[in-house]
Amino acid sequence: MALKMVKGSIDRMFDKNLQDLVRGIRNHKEDEAKYISQCIDEIKQELKQDNIAVKANAVCKLTYLQMLGYDISWAAFNIIEVMSASKFTFKRIGYLAASQCFHEGTDVIMLTTNQIRKDLSSPSQYDTGVALTGLSCFVTPDLARDLANDIMTLMSHTKPYIRKKAVLIMYKVFLKYPESLRPAFPRLKEKLEDPDPGVQSAAVNVICELARRNPKNYLSLAPLFFKLMTSSTNNWVLIKIIKLFGALTPLEPRLGKKLIEPLTNLIHSTSAMSLLYECVNTVIAVLISLSSGMPNHSASIQLCVQKLRILIEDSDQNLKYLGLLAMSKILRTHPKSVQAHKDLVLQCLDDKDESIRLRALDLLYGMVSKKNLMEIVKKLMTHVDKAEGTTYRDELLTKIIDICSQSNYQHITNFEWYISILVELTRLEGTRHGHLIAAQMLDVAIRVKAIRRFAVSQMSALLDSAHLVASSTQRSGICEVLYAAAWICGEFSEHLQEPQQTLEAMLRPKVTTLPGHIQAVYVQNVVKLYAAILQQKEQAADAQAAQEVTQLLVERLPQFVQSADLEAQERASCILQLVKHVQKLQARDVPVAEEVSALFAGELNPVAPKAQKKVPVPEGLDLDAWINEPLSDSESEDEKPKAIFHDEEPRHAKQRPPEADEQELARRREARKQEQANNPFYIKSSPSPQKRYQDAPGVDHIPVVQIDLSVPLKVPGKWMPMSDQYVKLEEERRHRQRLEKDKRKRKKRERERRGARRHTSLHTESDEDITPAQRVDIVTEEMPENALPSDEDDKDPNDPYRALDIDLDKPLADSEKLPVQKHRDAETSKSPERQDVTVMEKKSKKPKRKEKKHKEKEREKKKKEAEKVRARRRKKKKHKKDKGERSKDKKKPKKRAPPREGEAEPVQNGALCEEPLPPMSSYSLLAENSYIKMTYDVQGSLQKDSRVTVSVVLENQSSSFLRNMELNVLDSLNARLARPDGSSVHDAVPVPFQLPPGISNEAQFVFTIQSIVTAQKLKGTLSFIAKNDEGSTHEKLDFKLHFTCTSYLVTTPCYSDAFAKLLESGDLSMSSVKVDGISMSFQNLLAKICFHHHFSVVERVDSCASMYSRSIQGHHVCLLVKKGEKSVSVDGKCSDSTLLSNVLEEMKETLAKC
Amino acid sequence: MIQAILVFNNHGKPRLVRFYQRFPEEIQQQIIRETFHLVLKRDDNICNFLEGGSLIGGSDYKLIYRHYATLYFVFCVDSSESELGILDLIQVFVETLDKCFENVCELDLIFHMDKGGLSAAPARAVSAVKNINLPEMPRNINIGDLNIKVPNLSQFV
Repeated sequence: MALKMVKGSIDRMFDKNLQDLVRGIRNHKEDEAKYISQCIDEIKQELKQDNIAVKANAVCKLTYLQMLGYDISWAAFNIIEVMSASKFTFKRIGYLAASQCFHEGTDVIMLTTNQIRKDLSSPSQYDTGVALTGLSCFVTPDLARDLANDIMTLMSHTKPYIRKKAVLIMYKVFLKYPESLRPAFPRLKEKLEDPDPGVQSAAVNVICELARRNPKNYLSLAPLFFKLMTSSTNNWVLIKIIKLFGALTPLEPRLGKKLIEPLTNLIHSTSAMSLLYECVNTVIAVLISLSSGMPNHSASIQLCVQKLRILIEDSDQNLKYLGLLAMSKILRTHPKSVQAHKDLVLQCLDDKDESIRLRALDLLYGMVSKKNLMEIVKKLMTHVDKAEGTTYRDELLTKIIDICSQSNYQHITNFEWYISILVELTRLEGTRHGHLIAAQMLDVAIRVKAIRRFAVSQMSALLDSAHLVASSTQRSGICEVLYAAAWICGEFSEHLQEPQQTLEAMLRPKVTTLPGHIQAVYVQNVVKLYAAILQQKEQAADAQAAQEVTQLLVERLPQFVQSADLEAQERASCILQLVKHVQKLQARDVPVAEEVSALFAGELNPVAPKAQKKVPVPEGLDLDAWINEPLSDSESEDEKPKAIFHDEEPRHAKQRPPEADEQELARRREARKQEQANNPFYIKSSPSPQKRYQDAPGVDHIPVVQIDLSVPLKVPGKWMPMSDQYVKLEEERRHRQRLEKDKRKRKKRERERRGARRHTSLHTESDEDITPAQRVDIVTEEMPENALPSDEDDKDPNDPYRALDIDLDKPLADSEKLPVQKHRDAETSKSPERQDVTVMEKKSKKPKRKEKKHKEKEREKKKKEAEKVRARRRKKKKHKKDKGERSKDKKKPKKRAPPREGEAEPVQNGALCEEPLPPMSSYSLLAENSYIKMTYDVQGSLQKDSRVTVSVVLENQSSSFLRNMELNVLDSLNARLARPDGSSVHDAVPVPFQLPPGISNEAQFVFTIQSIVTAQKLKGTLSFIAKNDEGSTHEKLDFKLHFTCTSYLVTTPCYSDAFAKLLESGDLSMSSVKVDGISMSFQNLLAKICFHHHFSVVERVDSCASMYSRSIQGHHVCLLVKKGEKSVSVDGKCSDSTLLSNVLEEMKETLAKC
Repeated sequence: MIQAILVFNNHGKPRLVRFYQRFPEEIQQQIIRETFHLVLKRDDNICNFLEGGSLIGGSDYKLIYRHYATLYFVFCVDSSESELGILDLIQVFVETLDKCFENVCELDLIFHMDKGGLSAAPARAVSAVKNINLPEMPRNINIGDLNIKVPNLSQFV
């Protein structure tokens, strides 16, 4: 109606709605951009109107334009206006627009906090719903922190529609504000058993998503999920749970064993393909996790493979694809069972669908054997020829190389064949993988000594036709192979048949068009070739020819000297001078060949890429030790800073058992000496027993291998595919071998026949029967001796889910409550809370670090702890139940549980957690009457000097509804309540919530303090209206707020060296107290001081500890706490003596209660 | 988790676009274009899964799509979703649209952009599956390590 009214006005002639806009855009196909910019101008006009309907319409059009790619962030403020409209239809448009264009960088987003909170608590479920949906898209860390509590409340809403949404959005809140996970988790867990299937499924989703990222924290939920899995009939939920189990089984093998049976049942019973597929997937995951422990699950594997075969044979391409995908997972652990289906996979290689072909390629990787490698690669080569589109062809190329080179060329029996395959691959146009082929060529030529002669001949052919490679595909990576070719020809020039010809090929003018790094390699290897030729000529006493070669170099090298590439240029000019010098010597008939070839004497050995990293630190070498002792006067200073970097290392090192005993060490030392004696230049690898062909030390001992001469060594046609010939030859060779073998066998059999008659088994050709064409010497890559086998890759530190790696089984601490709606003074920005957050973060992370360091210890303790945790959880559950019952009949559910069992959260010393601590709460009673009970806690923050926050928990103890609560305090000279702007010093501050019967909630008030050195009390009054069936009454409750000196202290971590400096400075005054009759353990004592008095432990030795804290006005407070037989003495040092004596007095009171 | 839902026509014009991760407008359009070119090349009778494009997600993500008459429905999901499940979901989604508009066609999507069902429709159909992924918030990691141990106490008095 509002819209119609506006339409009526004359100004609104141009006002079009979304439909008009869309129609307009369709009618202006030619000048769409112009039309839209015109529309945007109109929209800008409309947004200036006061009428909310017009604004909503404008924003609605903007959302459409945003989808078309137009930036609408300039309208962010108007979007917020529309969001705050009271009418749902407008509000929804506002939230939709916000969800599309708001993000963390939007500056006006902080204005929305209160609006969203209002909508969340709106009586209309749709207002709440739309706010939740919108919020899920643009929640920021600030919004998450401020609204976490409200959303958590909504998780217990009466309407499943809201509960479902609230549960889902909690996931986003966790991501943005990880501290909320622990407090919210119990309720989330409850939702797993929600009566509404939608809510239940939402909870399953959220927990599965959380668990997927950090599975180990959710292992304890496994029984619950197991129950759900066996009882639920919702396929969506089942799929999620089954997927989750897939993530959990690697961590808990026992779970896997339990799962197999229900999963196989599901596989047999379900008709839903999606569920079947996920079951198969999880069974595979289980089998993988079990494969090490118990191999006896062939039935399950068979079942999986069978089902997958059905999927792959299905006409539906989607099923085929998924079947192959799952098959490749089985392949990794049970290759045998997959290899049986080779026919199927090869068939899929011919599929018209590229995705399916790619998946089939993945599978091929595990299916090759010595027997079928050539056949499969041949097939792939025909695919390479046929393939359209470079991506698929490149994929094929990499797969061919992967398949051939896998596990150290295990399946290659004939390396000549492989080299020719590589050469054939260089013909591919436009491939990006030239460097891959080049790397393979280099690798094979270097590591397979027997193949070098052949490789060199192939490479020289390649160099000869380099113009073909370089000219047609200058820009692509294929010319990289020339890099390999040049190097191989140079390095192994002794194998070249016609070195002079190759030399000329490498000196052609065309070469200068190659990329710089290849030219550089050319130059270097030209000299190697030159050295070889010189040697040859001089031995033949052909001085004339030798001089001609030199002349050739002198003529051609200058073209490289002019190269734009610095490396090529530098090498060329250097070598040019060398050659000129040789020329002079030659002119005088001095033999030079020996000296020139001495430049390239020795052999290059392959070195493993990780070799450098794995060189162990030799015994007796301390990398941290000073090489030169520092000057004597700075000694004391040097010692302490070092401690920072040591962290806990020293202690850790002591605990570690010696890795090798003396004998072992001596043996190793001996072995090393021996080896060093043999190889003065190389760090040789220690012989590993797995390698069948071992590299013998020293070049002379290499068994030079006889190459099977049935294979022609001459290069036939330059660009003729040779690999086929090799396949043929190989087949013939194998055939011959088989015949021979059969002959031998027959003889044997005859012999047998003559003897006792035994049944003869059919002869099948297995992998082992095929002997390689050449006895190939695969040189292993060199590794330093004693290389450390482990090198874990660190986790990505930028993983957003790492923050959610939180132990959920620990009981909640007081400090972990969710922040609630706060009363803030006018200038309070968000910074103080931010600081709190980081402090809390550090605290919650700390015990975990500890855990990591003491893993072994932890494992032993695990059992004990698990029991403890279980006991605690039982306690909590009971607690929760009470709560639940109470809140069920009330409309507004309880916002915040009363302070819970605390734990030693602020205790700095991790070792203190060893024994259970008594429950602690920092909340103390403020006042109480029949209606209401008030407890409070005072906290300071380092960021805001002279300001403390008082958190008051108000608990309605009556059956009346309490509202209009107002808190007023009689300000003193020293302490004042911060009131909103514009109110006088006598005005009361309203409490921002109402309390239904039985509910408690927390309000926070900020006070400004002048002097903090003494404790003080403030009188105040809470007034409220209590409403019940009989009517409403105005009530009052007086209280006295007690600001102790302790409440001005803020837990601040302090390093021991900084602490020592502070004490040495001598600016602090000193005081001490002593308390007798203390029976509590020292650990608990420290925990108590930390908790109640906001101290942190700096160091602790036996029953003596130093502690530190800081006041909000920057006073340092240092303590030395010593425990005697039955007494505790506390020495304190502080920059203010009054503060110190007050703090110590308060501490004395606390300790006296122990 | 579903990362994005894209609906566009045979010419690549976006008809309904929902990103559950923040991308600037230009990138969004680029993603739509890239996705469009990926799916356009594919025949109707080949499988409906695609390894993720380069812009959205990365290797953990898959594009799962269906082609109805003039519209492509593309869901970008990560490995926690069941591929077949998402295909069913697309079906359900289209059926929901069909119920809302009676014989849904491309024009319905164009003209009823603001219809209640539509803006929330993906979310509603997806509510069983939906979840969202957003970039990491910056975290302070190494401001003061609390857990420092020193072998002996410094002189106190």
